[in-house]
Amino acid sequence: MIHYFIGDLGHFFIILSFVTSLVAAFAYWKTKYSVDGALQESWRQNARVAFYVHTVAVIGVFVSLFTIIYNHYFEYHYAYSHSSRHLPAHYMVSCFWEGQEGSFLLWIFWQAILGLFVIHTQKNWEAPVMIVFSLVQAFLVSMILGIVFPVFDFKLGSSPFILLRDALSDPIFKIQPDFIPADGSGLNPLLQNYWMVIHPPTLFLGFALTLVPFAFCIAGLWERKYKEWIKPALPWALLGGAILGLGILMGGYWAYETLNFGGYWNWDPVENAVYVPWLVLIAAIHTMIVYKNSKTALKTSVILVISVFVLILYSTFLTRSGILGDASVHSFTDLGLSGQLLIYLLFFTVISILLAAVRWKEIPSSSEEVSTYSREFWIFLGATTLCLMGFQVLIPTSIPVYNQIVSLFGGTSNLAPPADQIAFYSKFQLWFGVAIAILSGTGQFFWWKRIDKSRLKKELLGPLLISLVVFAIIISLARVAEPAYVILTLAGVYIIVSNIKVLTSVFKVNPSFSGGALTHVGVGMSLLGIMFSAGYSNVVSLNNTGMLISSELSTEFNRDNLLLFVNEPRSMAGYDIEYLGERFEFKNQSGYVKKSDVELTADPYKVVAKRDIIFEDKTIYSAKDTFEIYPENTYYEIELRKGDDVAAILYPRVQINEAMGGFIASPDISRGLGRDLYTHVSAPMNREAEADWSEMEEIRIRPGQQFFVNDYVATLEEVHRVEEIQGVELLNEDVAVQATIVVNAERDPYYAEPIFLIKDKTQVGRISSEIGELGIKITLLNIHPETGEFTLGLNTRQKDWVIIKAMEKPYINLLWLGTGVIMVGFSVAMVRRFRERG
Amino acid sequence: MKKSHIFAIVIIAIAIGIIVTTAGDASTYVNFDQAYQMASTGNSTSIHVVGQLKKDSNGEIVGLRNAPDNLSFTFVLVDENGKEQKVFYNEPMPPDFTRSENVVIIGNYQGENFVANKILLKCPSKYQEQSVNAGV
Repeated sequence: MIHYFIGDLGHFFIILSFVTSLVAAFAYWKTKYSVDGALQESWRQNARVAFYVHTVAVIGVFVSLFTIIYNHYFEYHYAYSHSSRHLPAHYMVSCFWEGQEGSFLLWIFWQAILGLFVIHTQKNWEAPVMIVFSLVQAFLVSMILGIVFPVFDFKLGSSPFILLRDALSDPIFKIQPDFIPADGSGLNPLLQNYWMVIHPPTLFLGFALTLVPFAFCIAGLWERKYKEWIKPALPWALLGGAILGLGILMGGYWAYETLNFGGYWNWDPVENAVYVPWLVLIAAIHTMIVYKNSKTALKTSVILVISVFVLILYSTFLTRSGILGDASVHSFTDLGLSGQLLIYLLFFTVISILLAAVRWKEIPSSSEEVSTYSREFWIFLGATTLCLMGFQVLIPTSIPVYNQIVSLFGGTSNLAPPADQIAFYSKFQLWFGVAIAILSGTGQFFWWKRIDKSRLKKELLGPLLISLVVFAIIISLARVAEPAYVILTLAGVYIIVSNIKVLTSVFKVNPSFSGGALTHVGVGMSLLGIMFSAGYSNVVSLNNTGMLISSELSTEFNRDNLLLFVNEPRSMAGYDIEYLGERFEFKNQSGYVKKSDVELTADPYKVVAKRDIIFEDKTIYSAKDTFEIYPENTYYEIELRKGDDVAAILYPRVQINEAMGGFIASPDISRGLGRDLYTHVSAPMNREAEADWSEMEEIRIRPGQQFFVNDYVATLEEVHRVEEIQGVELLNEDVAVQATIVVNAERDPYYAEPIFLIKDKTQVGRISSEIGELGIKITLLNIHPETGEFTLGLNTRQKDWVIIKAMEKPYINLLWLGTGVIMVGFSVAMVRRFRERG
Repeated sequence: MKKSHIFAIVIIAIAIGIIVTTAGDASTYVNFDQAYQMASTGNSTSIHVVGQLKKDSNGEIVGLRNAPDNLSFTFVLVDENGKEQKVFYNEPMPPDFTRSENVVIIGNYQGENFVANKILLKCPSKYQEQSVNAGV
């Protein structure tokens, strides 16, 4: 039965939230332009009610959509394409925002909540700020509106509540319109990760928070309150900077743990699109602080705050319109919203530029020249550097847009993004990083007042000397040799040392003022962490066989992958590395089980234990138990040893992932204080292609007798009668016997249990038993009751193998630690600014 | 001249510098003939070539060869003009490689061979191919 009601209700809530956002905008407009006090008050009441209803409707949409996902109503396209019955409840939250519609909804939700804050804390600003809020909400809700105008053949928005039969033209719906699939197609397994539960809400809260300073800025220009808007906007900008930064980093951390490109940042257009507005937001925060202290940089603040919001819209356009096409591997699918997104982007860009242009002359600016020895000068330089840093990323990221524009005018452009994105961006961003570190390290000394040249020299001398000493120690210990890295190290140490000095003196005066210095210490730590982990990331899985790929090639090829056979140790980076075989992951507890220890069943999520399942010396399941696993993931157990000690056991993962093109390898990371060892599978064995068995060799032996198979010693332990066989019905007169053969491998023994079967007295059946890992297949060919002997058939092939790549990431923990310090710094600054405002 | 003017000029200079270097570092989408010409004139920059795997009349992929140790492979790519070229890739074959509709290779000619540093695969999208799984 199709659950029409919940979908209709959800769609009704969408329409309601769209209409109420327009009503709120209109009523606030009336509030703003009413002269009569009583009338104004009643419009205000109307506007508020409209916005409250809007918020309730948005929550209604949320609840409706979640109900559909949670109850597995697969008649709905959203549930069918993003969820499945096997999905644990906490990942249902992730499938909510896997689709475009859900992530728009998330954004809308946060902005509605922020709107409520504004209504209740900013009486003086309420009307103009909320007009901006309501209009933005109207635009965003229109993206999920899903209303079709049949006459014009035009669809406004894409609703998450469309039925599967309306979304897909599958023939089954012609035969059976009420058909409901038994199961959904599931959440992309890559997103079944705890970071993907919290990363999108954090990121979209960051997106939503950029609206607050923008709305205050527009309101300030509109109402000619050119100076006043800074004060309420600043704390929100700080919160936005922190949350957006955290959201970006969570995405990076997810990539580090889940994807196999070997790092946390790939300079993919999708990443760049959100990195740029964040940089500009940080610049805007700085100029706003400058304005608060010295009444300069007001115009710059206006430009930057507007730019941040426009860049957020631009990034939304880039990632969701499908324009990136070939340039990015992981942007959203095109929902046909590109026109709507473009209008959204242009509307706010044009409106805000026009408004700023009209008011430009009236914005007060200070004509006084900024002294080189003032704090403002240095902060201003820093903000400019941040903007240039963003600009440098924005230009190449927009290459697909240029191509599009050129082709719009009839031309052809075949520009492609830089071939080696990481090298291209790093070579610029590195120097911007150096500049930021020097500016911030020095600028902090102008904290209190203008100081003159001689005073500055005195102040700087100490930190400079300490920096040089620390720098010398790091350089010699960590063996930094590359000139660019040497300079970055010095700059990084300098920003840390000088900010620590400032931090200690500020802390004595007033701890609540220490946010800035603390944040900058974190920036320095992050810079060093990035430099070491990326610049000195080295491949340790070097192939030392010395075989050439092809004699036709003149260039030297580095070979970074290592071929490992089961139980055959190789040496790598001072370790002995040994591949132990393929594993499944338990569903209901942590841990892994050997694939050869379980028997598959008809349900791919359930397996039966062949023998007691022991993981880390604990018996998890007993023989014959049925338990649940995740069938799409295969883990490759790899042991690292130093001498006789086990240094780490790694479980890199390979995932069968139809949505991502069939195959995804995720690394496993052995974490250490000084460095992470990062290992992923670069090619697993393809079992179908590998099934080249040797010709069968026949041997005749007694129980207890030993024999050789594939260079292993094996023993026929016993042969006994069995009463039941999975998949075969045994009748009274049927006889089935099973042989137990132990193969003494290098480590744990393996078991083969072939079956010999006589059915209906005449028919003979043989079920052979395979030990894939060792490349052995054993068949019980015949029984010789007269001599007590048995004939076994032996087939062999190459042992199981896997190809891995391993990298060392030195001092990556500095980056994570630095981020933590940045977040603490932001919080301290925020608390101060929110208090100031009240 | 005021200090702020100098400042503005410096900023504009840097911005122009960024645009110019981006234009210089940007890669291009070309076909094999253009790529070969670039390489033979001594231009060894990496370029993008879009193409498809060579297939015989039965739709079977031809020219795909794995190195004996599976650590690298070669294949034949047909570009948009129909030119065939043998391509070397120094990484294990991505397992979904044979399913891909379009292959973008980033690299350059070294002698008569094209050496790819990076391969981007465009696989049949889940969203285009999707049909309902009618199994109950």
